[in-house]
Amino acid sequence: MSNNILDINNLRIALNGDEDKQVVKGLNLSIEVGQTMCLVGESGSGKSLSALATMGLLPSVLSPIAGSIELKGEELLGAAPARMRALRATGVSMIFQEPMTALNPVVRVGQQIEEVLEFHSNLSKSERRKRVLEMMEHVHLPDIEKMYRSFPHQLSGGQRQRIMIAMALVMRPQLLIADEPTTALDVTTQAQILKLIRELREEQGAAVLFITHDMGVVSEIADDVTVLKLGEVMETQKVEALLRNPQTEYTRGLLRSVPSQVPRMARELGSQEIVLGTDNLCKTYGGKGFIKKSREVKAAQDISIKLMKGRTLGIVGESGSGKSTVARCIMRLVDPTSGSITIGGKDIANLSQKELKPERKNFQIVFQDPMRSLNPRIEVGQSIIEGPLNFGVPYNEAMDRARELLELVGLPGSAVDRFPHQFSGGQRQRIAIARALAMDPDVLVADEAVSALDVSVQAQVLELLAELQERLGLGILFITHDLGVAAQICDEVIVMQRGQIVEYGPAAQVLGEPQQDYTKALIAAAPGKHWDFANFRPFSEAP
Amino acid sequence: MTQPTPTVAPRDHISAFKRARMIATSSPVVFVASIILMLVVLSAIFAPWIVPHDPIRLSPAVRLKPPSDVYWLGTDAYGRDLLSRIILGGRVSLVVGVASAIFAVAVGLGLGLLAGYIRWLDAVLMRMVDGLMAIPSILLAIAIVSLWGASLWTVLVAITIPEVPRVVRLVRSLVLSAREEPYVEAAIAAGTSTARIMRRHLVPNTIAPLIIQGTYICASAILTEAILSFLGAGINPETPTWGNIMAEGRVYFQINPGIVMWPGLVVSVTILSINLLGDAVRDALDPRMAKRGIER
Amino acid sequence: MLGYILQRILSAIPVMLFVALFVFLLLRLTPGDPAAIIAGDSATPEQLEAIRTSLGLNDPLLTQFFSWIGNMFQGDFGTSILSGKPVIELIAARMEPTISLALTTITLSVVIAVPLGVIAAWKHDTLIDRIVMLISVLGFSVPVFVIGYMMISLFSMKLGWFPVQGFKPIGDGIGPFLHRIALPTFTLTLLYIALIARITRTSMLEILGDDYVRTARAKGLPERYVLMRHALRNCSVPIITVIGIGLALIISGVVVTESVFNLPGLGRLTVDAVLARDYPVIQAVILLASLVYVVINLLIDIAYVLLDPRIRLS
Repeated sequence: MSNNILDINNLRIALNGDEDKQVVKGLNLSIEVGQTMCLVGESGSGKSLSALATMGLLPSVLSPIAGSIELKGEELLGAAPARMRALRATGVSMIFQEPMTALNPVVRVGQQIEEVLEFHSNLSKSERRKRVLEMMEHVHLPDIEKMYRSFPHQLSGGQRQRIMIAMALVMRPQLLIADEPTTALDVTTQAQILKLIRELREEQGAAVLFITHDMGVVSEIADDVTVLKLGEVMETQKVEALLRNPQTEYTRGLLRSVPSQVPRMARELGSQEIVLGTDNLCKTYGGKGFIKKSREVKAAQDISIKLMKGRTLGIVGESGSGKSTVARCIMRLVDPTSGSITIGGKDIANLSQKELKPERKNFQIVFQDPMRSLNPRIEVGQSIIEGPLNFGVPYNEAMDRARELLELVGLPGSAVDRFPHQFSGGQRQRIAIARALAMDPDVLVADEAVSALDVSVQAQVLELLAELQERLGLGILFITHDLGVAAQICDEVIVMQRGQIVEYGPAAQVLGEPQQDYTKALIAAAPGKHWDFANFRPFSEAP
Repeated sequence: MTQPTPTVAPRDHISAFKRARMIATSSPVVFVASIILMLVVLSAIFAPWIVPHDPIRLSPAVRLKPPSDVYWLGTDAYGRDLLSRIILGGRVSLVVGVASAIFAVAVGLGLGLLAGYIRWLDAVLMRMVDGLMAIPSILLAIAIVSLWGASLWTVLVAITIPEVPRVVRLVRSLVLSAREEPYVEAAIAAGTSTARIMRRHLVPNTIAPLIIQGTYICASAILTEAILSFLGAGINPETPTWGNIMAEGRVYFQINPGIVMWPGLVVSVTILSINLLGDAVRDALDPRMAKRGIER
Repeated sequence: MLGYILQRILSAIPVMLFVALFVFLLLRLTPGDPAAIIAGDSATPEQLEAIRTSLGLNDPLLTQFFSWIGNMFQGDFGTSILSGKPVIELIAARMEPTISLALTTITLSVVIAVPLGVIAAWKHDTLIDRIVMLISVLGFSVPVFVIGYMMISLFSMKLGWFPVQGFKPIGDGIGPFLHRIALPTFTLTLLYIALIARITRTSMLEILGDDYVRTARAKGLPERYVLMRHALRNCSVPIITVIGIGLALIISGVVVTESVFNLPGLGRLTVDAVLARDYPVIQAVILLASLVYVVINLLIDIAYVLLDPRIRLS
């Protein structure tokens, strides 16, 4: 008998059992005891579906039509429902991407772990409780007695994921499936969770099937890697071999697209003209209320920034750092509490929406979600010319310009007549950029504009932004949580934490030789920081 | 998300007629409902020409007759042909149903847009909406009719008023959620005026839900009209409506149950057909719509 | 949490005030002379004057409104024009049949509808689901009085199992009480089964697609346990809401049912008052019904807080 915990052979999953609608096309994969196999792919690669098939939890419209999934030699496809239920938690467990929604909001977390023991063991109630507390301690949760009685919403994101892990491992299954378990978490939390998974794998001698889209995470956790593209296996290799010597063009492209953590070369300072400046900008939420004062949240405090013509200023920070609040204040989508915002030489912080209208053409924004940033009911051309029409540009002229702009962002000009759903996510983001440019703005605010895109598309959009900046002399305010992206595109970087600026300076300095502890911690936590993916080598071997 | 995103059908290129036909033939039940509804509407429109007997003239000689070759569904207490009265009665019911759906949707759309976009007005309007919703609709309707007199107009107003608050709430919640959409914020950033944002970006979002809510209101209005007439608080009893025919038949129920049951059957089948069609429209336009608070 | 509840109670006040104002203006803003409308066409000038005085119609509107509200706080809801008795006595005398009918109906509906909704959602898109949905659409489509007459013609006239009409208070013994109230209850129940089964199914369907249900299944818990403990528990809020609102609005159904079965309850009182244009009675019944609605909504909000730890503990 082999040492394999999991053997997947020629797994095919199809929509409605239709052979022509396969979403997983012949997956082969095996994992040995104590090993971590990373399943890597962009959206639509079928990586999550393969995991769900292993758990027997595929949505009803999808079904495996061929192949086999064996757990320690036992066939799981077609296993009786009762047997499958018995194997879950004891043989194979799964943790999910979003720990908030994966936990039942109205049941105490301790009980949610205890349920597993209730149905899979013969322990008495007090033994069960003891075992749960042990397990909670094992995943390094603080104050376990109190936490046992807590509800999910009272925990932080990282703590919730620890609860999920405790729940998954309490019966010591041979296989743990982790489906993007750190994607929804901040980078420092992500590092802790990855460490915990490594630690427990060794301790419990389990095998791990780890699903991710992030090559940085792969380099941190994988023993073996399988790359999937649109349901097909591209290659399977040891992690080191894959990162140094990828066998397929697809993998090579994927690795080349990973933004490096090392800041790009500083550009020569061109124009000294300040296109956007804020002075002591503050935004406070809450603090009002009829009966009881609601809690005051200082979302942004004393933010003073300067953006030069043709330069890119990055604001990086974890969730809740206030980086998006700053962007929304500058766009006047929310009203700042105090401070000034100077664009085009004019303070716009206190203008009424009406007074603001003529100023609007100077600053434009690109949002994160490509699905929602274009009105699905109107043709993209109409979306692009909306702004120019507001400023009195004649229709035909605006439309001609829209065609030019589409070509500028790499789409055919004839696309003006099409609707948003006829484009991919990356294309829609290009259209959103074209719409922003239609106003000929001096300032472009990009609020996590590439975060929702697959890494290869992300690289293309970043390239486009850099090119447009070169050509049009745009000042770009780039909001992101991803240090790698910031390192690749920004001239100056601001690090924010809890509404305040922690560090502000040239990108090479802030990201290369950080002065503040928080910045250092952020950089240290970034996954894959030792690898120069684009050049297929660790940084230590760089010439 | 790693699951394949479902491709959106390019519905923008299908004509309204084609889409209506697609919905009507989406299932056998819906198909039958569409046919029934078409028959009811046609027979109401052409009522004066197709009724087998005079539905108004009294013929005491043939009172309370059971169904026969001459009077297919029998006669009422005044000797009038039941079938003819039911056919004619459909006119009022359908007019009430369609008109109050249109009025309620129009008024509700206007108020809902205002509530969704003007903050100070929102607080006031929503208190009024809460207040109106607190009054049971039948009580409100019979009170209005009894005070203002029983004309077609008062009945219409009395039935429409209680339906308005639900439309206001629906439109308001749709506007509030659409306002958060990045594409609306992009329009604000592009300097688009509030009025234009409403017309271009917000109102189109409410159309599909309002069509569906409209069909439910139509069904509910026909039902309410029947109940009002049945309680004696509806349109003047001399006008044949489905409710009035049943109200007159109550006293003779033990002698000739058909006077209540036949119009009852017609009302029920008509409302059932409208509701089924409403569900089919909902499923076709947006299967997730039930989540957005559209309920009968 | 206490602050939240207090806030909810306070916010109910403007709602009730609006209802009162609306009801008040309904009569006063009626085109023509309200007294003439109430008294009918054959009234003498003396009668009209008497009605005007008794309703205070000669005073300025604002004075009328506040003295009306003030009187109500002292328990004076006016005097019935039809019978000359205080409205509050009339209402008190008619409470029992209505409350009985409301409670039997809601109890029976919940017992039948919640399991139906759960099964329909669980067996989504199967025959069972379609049948439940069809019953539900039927419940919304068939007028209550048509169901009532069908019940009478089948169970009373053909089979003779139940009396056609009438009411016996529960004080006369549980047997006779149930015997009389059975048909009205069955009649009204169909509508409520439709309402509750539908909402149960919709919210169950939604919740069965939630991530934590998938987690529960991934833990290898038995399906029944997943349904009851993880899914249904999270549905309790919408289900309780619809039951509460159903209870609050049951007066609409009761008005019709009581007329069909000739039960001496609030519904009959209302219909008689409407036909006789006995405005003080109509006013009082509407206010009472609205108050019940507002109070039940308040209780729903409080239940909501108690059921959801996310609100309870914040």
